[in-house]
Parts: sequence; C-alpha cells; structure tokens
Amino acid sequence: MYTQGLDQPGKAGDSARGIETAAQLDAFQARIDREEKIEAKDWMPEAYRRTLVRQISQHAHSEIIGMQPEGNWLTRAPSLKRKAILLAKVQDEAGHGLYLYSAAETLGVSRDQMVADLLSGKAKYSSIFNYPTLSWADVGAIGWLVDGAAIMNQIPLCRCSYGPYSRAMIRVCKEESFHQRQGFEIMLTLCRGSAEQKAMAQDALNRFWWPSLMMFGPNDDKSQHSAQSMAWKIKRFSNDELRQKFVDVTVPQAEFLGLTIPDDKLSYDEESGHYRFSEIDWREFFDVIAGNGPCNRQRLEKRRQAHDDGAWVREAARAYADKHAPATAAA
Amino acid sequence: MTKQEWPLYEVFIRSRAGLSHRHAGSVHAADDAMALDHARDTYTRRSEGVSIWVVRSDRIVASDPAETAAFFEPAEDKVYRHPTFYDIPDEVENL
Repeated sequence: MYTQGLDQPGKAGDSARGIETAAQLDAFQARIDREEKIEAKDWMPEAYRRTLVRQISQHAHSEIIGMQPEGNWLTRAPSLKRKAILLAKVQDEAGHGLYLYSAAETLGVSRDQMVADLLSGKAKYSSIFNYPTLSWADVGAIGWLVDGAAIMNQIPLCRCSYGPYSRAMIRVCKEESFHQRQGFEIMLTLCRGSAEQKAMAQDALNRFWWPSLMMFGPNDDKSQHSAQSMAWKIKRFSNDELRQKFVDVTVPQAEFLGLTIPDDKLSYDEESGHYRFSEIDWREFFDVIAGNGPCNRQRLEKRRQAHDDGAWVREAARAYADKHAPATAAA
Repeated sequence: MTKQEWPLYEVFIRSRAGLSHRHAGSVHAADDAMALDHARDTYTRRSEGVSIWVVRSDRIVASDPAETAAFFEPAEDKVYRHPTFYDIPDEVENL
C-alpha cells in the first residue's frame, strides 16, 4: 500500500537483537497476542521499532508526495466548488502526513531525519504517486480508486498493535471517506455528461486501474516482511486479501458508472463470490519502485524545491522565536 | 535546511465545553503562538475542538513504563477502597 517498499526483498537486516533476551521477546509477543497496545516508551524489540519507523515514515512520505498529482489541478479545477473541495482534500493529505510523522517520531526518529531521507531518495513512498494526472478526470479516478485502495488498507491499520500509529490511522480514516466520495462524484458527473466527458472518465480509469491494484504490494508469496508484520499485528490482512477485497467492491461501482475495467480476463466467480482478474505487470511495479516511473524524478525535484524555498521561512521563524523568547524559557 | 529542528509540542483538544482536553498528537513549531496555529490547522480542520492546549514535549514529566508495576503497586493491595469490598445484607436499601 503506501508502504509497499516494506515488501521489498534484501532489506531485512534485523540482526540487532543481540541484547534482547528470549524472555523479553516472549513477553513482548505475549502482550501482542493479548491484543495489548504497545505505547511509545514501552520496551519493544529493535526490529519491531525499525519496521514501524520504516512503515510509518513511508506512509507519511506518501501522503506528502501524494499532494502533487492532485495539486497539479488546483488552479485548473472546472469550478470554484471543485477547486475548494480539492484544496481541502490536498490540505487533508498534508495533515495526514503530519499525523504520521508525529507517530513515527514517538519511536525516536527525528522529523528532520525523515525529511532528509525522503529528499535524498533514500526513503520510499507509494508507487501510485509517480503517475501523472493528465486530465481533470484523473482527480476523480484518484479519489475513487487510490483513496479507495488506501481505505482498504488503513481500516485494519486502525487496530495496529502500536498505539500512536493506530490512533493516527483512526484520525486519517475519519477523513478519508470524504476523499473517496468526492472522487466518485467527479466520475459520476463526467459519466453523466457528454460523450467526450465520459471518454475522459474511461481514460482515467484505464490508466489508474492497474497502478491502483499495485498499491497493495507484491503477491503474498513474494512479500518478505508480511509474516513478521502479521505476527506483530502491525498488519492484519495480506496484500492479496486486501487487493481482492478492493476489486470486489470496486467492480460494481465501475458498472454503476457505465465504465469498463481495463482487464479482458475480469470475471465473476459465482462459487467463491469473488472477481477473478489478470496477473499484474510486476515489472512495471518494480520499475516504478526503483525510481523509474513516469514522474519519480519530477516528484522528488518538486519536493526538494519546495523544501529549499521554505528554508528562509523556517529560519526567520526560529530567529523571531529566539528574539522573543522569555528569559525563563531557556529549556 | 534549518540547523536545528523546531521544538515538538504535544497538543490537547477540548472537543466541546463540558469535556476534558484530550491528547490529539503533536506538532513542531518555532514558538508557542505558532504551535497553537499549527495545532488548529492540523487537528481541528473539521471543528473538532473549542479549546486547544499546547505544551512543549520536553516539559512533560511522565512515569516510566518499565517501572509501571512498582510505581502503581501501592494501589494494588487496597481492595477496601472499592465499594464492592463490603458485604451489605440485601434487605438494606439505598446503600
């Protein structure tokens, strides 16, 4: 999902368990198994902490980078109403990024470090945000599909074993439903409009369908960190389970819109009650994750530019605060 | 990049009059006034609050989770502090 990079092989390296005794690890797992929440200052295995830092910061970075594809249409929204809505949605994404950075900071990693890792390209973010938004319909498709896929993943994360992450996800999920519904409404409006508008909607679905399915990450048999994350109750459902759930709820919505899912192998399996769909083009997925998607460079470039452009504001605010700090506040 | 990151503040929000402030999350800000503004923009975009407290995270004094058992131990063996400790005959009412 927003943390697909976690599923990448060759990054485990969780060997810093030297000072952790078996008794400690067992006691920790017992707490998890009792569905106790782990809080910031509680003892936790180093690998648990590291997994969470990686997952939560990737999630935060995705929210921040995720402002760009939609931000692209802020000045060209078709009406003042749509513009106000889109502005609110993009602002929410910034907010989600901030909740998540806060949650990650409780694990002892600094905001500056996370930002530096994003800007240097060391940290990953969701592959989906490396696709361009070519038409207004893409804004609809993103809300409907991308936020729809995100919700599928984030609802179970509300029950994640780490308290601060779970609380941040509850807050995010409350806001996410607006995002998905406004996206679907844009699609609906286009589909009920002229033939040209409906074609725009179909084109957006064609381009965003597969990248949305890729958001759930590799197939279960290829997902390296899944088993441990499930044992730690960070993750509650597997990539493929969530992807299937997403397809099952989304196909009827596309039918309602009168749009065609771009998959000739898509069919409903009466027996299982699930839709069967084609194999995902994993080469494309790994290519985008590796930095070679249509917009990877542009996204990072823009983020760096925004960060640099804001440097003087951060410094000025600091200088002002230092100048006006009461003498007693020298903590 | 700024040489030093803005300090962290913890944010507490009263959702409506009559309820206590409750921890919502945290924000970075250069000073107290900015922390209030950031807290408002980050945590009350949908009218979730009527009052906000912010406090520098490094000013919070907290109990140590590793010492939880010992720290709260004095309350453990004082069951007589609970009303259910006392046997009162069923016939006695309003007690």
